[in-house]
Amino acid sequence: MRKYIGGKLGLFLLLKGLRMATLLFAICLISFLLIKNSPIDPIQAYIGADMLKVGPEQREKIAEYWGVDQPVMVQFLNWGSALLTGDLGTSMIFRRPVIDIIGERFLNSLALMISAWVLSGMIGFAMGVVAAMKKGTWIDRIIKWYCFTLASTPTFWMGLLILIVFAVWLKWFPFGMGVPAGVLAENVTMVDRINHLILPAITLSIVGVANVALHTRQKLIDVLASDYVLFARARGEQGFVLFWRHGLRNVALPAITLQFAAFSELFGGAVLTEQVFSYPGLGQATVEAGLRGDVPLLLGLVIFSTIFVFVGNLLADLSYRLLDPRMREGRRYDFKPQIKK
Amino acid sequence: MPILEVENLSVSFKQYTGLKQKTHKVISSLNVTLEAGEILAVVGASGSGKSLLAHAILGILPRNASICGVIKYAGEELTPDRQTVLRGKEIALVPQSVNFLDPLMRVGSQVRTSVKNGDAVSVQREVFERYHLRQEVEKMYPFQLSGGMARRTLLSTAMVSGAKVIIADEPTPGLDPDVIKEALNNFREVADNGCAVMLITHDIESALNIADKIAVFYAGTTVEVAPVENFKGHGEEIRHPYSKALWRALPQNDFIPIPGSQPHPSSLPAGCLFAPRCVMATPECRQVQPEMRKLRGGMVRCIHAT
Repeated sequence: MRKYIGGKLGLFLLLKGLRMATLLFAICLISFLLIKNSPIDPIQAYIGADMLKVGPEQREKIAEYWGVDQPVMVQFLNWGSALLTGDLGTSMIFRRPVIDIIGERFLNSLALMISAWVLSGMIGFAMGVVAAMKKGTWIDRIIKWYCFTLASTPTFWMGLLILIVFAVWLKWFPFGMGVPAGVLAENVTMVDRINHLILPAITLSIVGVANVALHTRQKLIDVLASDYVLFARARGEQGFVLFWRHGLRNVALPAITLQFAAFSELFGGAVLTEQVFSYPGLGQATVEAGLRGDVPLLLGLVIFSTIFVFVGNLLADLSYRLLDPRMREGRRYDFKPQIKK
Repeated sequence: MPILEVENLSVSFKQYTGLKQKTHKVISSLNVTLEAGEILAVVGASGSGKSLLAHAILGILPRNASICGVIKYAGEELTPDRQTVLRGKEIALVPQSVNFLDPLMRVGSQVRTSVKNGDAVSVQREVFERYHLRQEVEKMYPFQLSGGMARRTLLSTAMVSGAKVIIADEPTPGLDPDVIKEALNNFREVADNGCAVMLITHDIESALNIADKIAVFYAGTTVEVAPVENFKGHGEEIRHPYSKALWRALPQNDFIPIPGSQPHPSSLPAGCLFAPRCVMATPECRQVQPEMRKLRGGMVRCIHAT
């Protein structure tokens, strides 16, 4: 029986892996072609302001060196085969390997995204639960109003607002960047880093709350109207015990899944938030790579964010398979007669 | 003394259509009494208010419902506060289907939450053994139960609570005859041990096999309460024309359906609710709704009944 479940999970992961491979291939091809047909001139982007000092012959030499004079498909194959060996190329604006930059920036973003993810998940879930348990009361109305307002608030605007209030007016937190300015890297303390993290993390979680809260609220209202809650009430359960026994377990699973599936929004939100706070994360790197025509970095980021979002969705699927007994033990009952034989 | 009395119960629902608040009365003047050691079968078509009666007794109607009339438990009025204390302890519900069990909780634990006295685990194991549920069933989730297992699990939840009144709301839909028979025999056994059982069902035939009294519901009212022995032959001893018609519509009897259908709660006729479909109806029937009256050891709501 265990083996059977294991085999099923293995097959599931294999299929997901295949899907990921095809998705990555498609994404690589499409973004490569898009960039190829965009007005970005890789040579100009590489040379920058010294463009006037470079003659046409030198240009050709550079083009030959980078291989941009070859046909598009050959270029794609060159890039693709380098990609397969793990070589993402060198960033033109940072003059360092793309993989190093992504790694470093991702660590910064990870701190931001994880704290926002956990915060928004917990606060949103709690808000949804309270709203559903007190459905129709003033507290429910406030939470709903708050969520609808937030759901229609642009992230960057919320970031600016928070920046103005907490950094400029109240001066509680530094305004922007990942570490204090004018301090040597080895003198930067953990407290400094956390201090710089708080405002962007709060911005990102405030915006992320609405989704989970509204979803949890609706789901819990459905659960409370279900037959099994009616029966639980008929057996004398009520209030917090009722929620703890039947509400929580039936609502937590969809909420967790939703949080994992919201990785794409988290990433998108991070791009905007990091830009507003000049926080040196992946999002900010993406904006810079795009604006300054850093093709290798941009493509590397596209691939990385694809994997990131895909992993989020995969975790959402997996959490269902591992946590929901209907998925986990779905076959047990059907199987029984065959084991007996 | 009856353990449970329901007198002139009516249930209405508040509904908003746009900004207008409307009140729908879905049950009017329901009367039943329940004695310890007996099974009262409540029969009637869907929409006649059978399940609402159960929910009203337990106090688990939705928030927009309001009730009128008196429900008494052991001679004392059953107020909302008393209902909160008594439900699950003195009055237990046996619901319709496996959907009434939490889908994400092992059934053993769900039965254990109903145990009010003693060691929950051993009480649950005992009752499972009594109902021939293997020990591994306690580790199963509701979706893994077969129809019969689900039936016995649901019954177990009521049994372990030690309740004196058991309300079974359509406990046998869509089950095969053997399982139905077993379930009904379980209820008979429970009643013989001194509990009062209210068996809500539309399966008149099986109800007649085990019940002591039959209450017939029509459009949210009781039209007749009769001892089970009255249901025989061509129904000569049955008091109300609707119960008579129900009896005669059974395949093994005359198999004659009555024309028309039960009126919707929003468009009830004046006077006797059954008058529009009744062969015995006279102009007098359409004036006022008849009161419940005693007749030959039963009760009937009909001015012509003899």
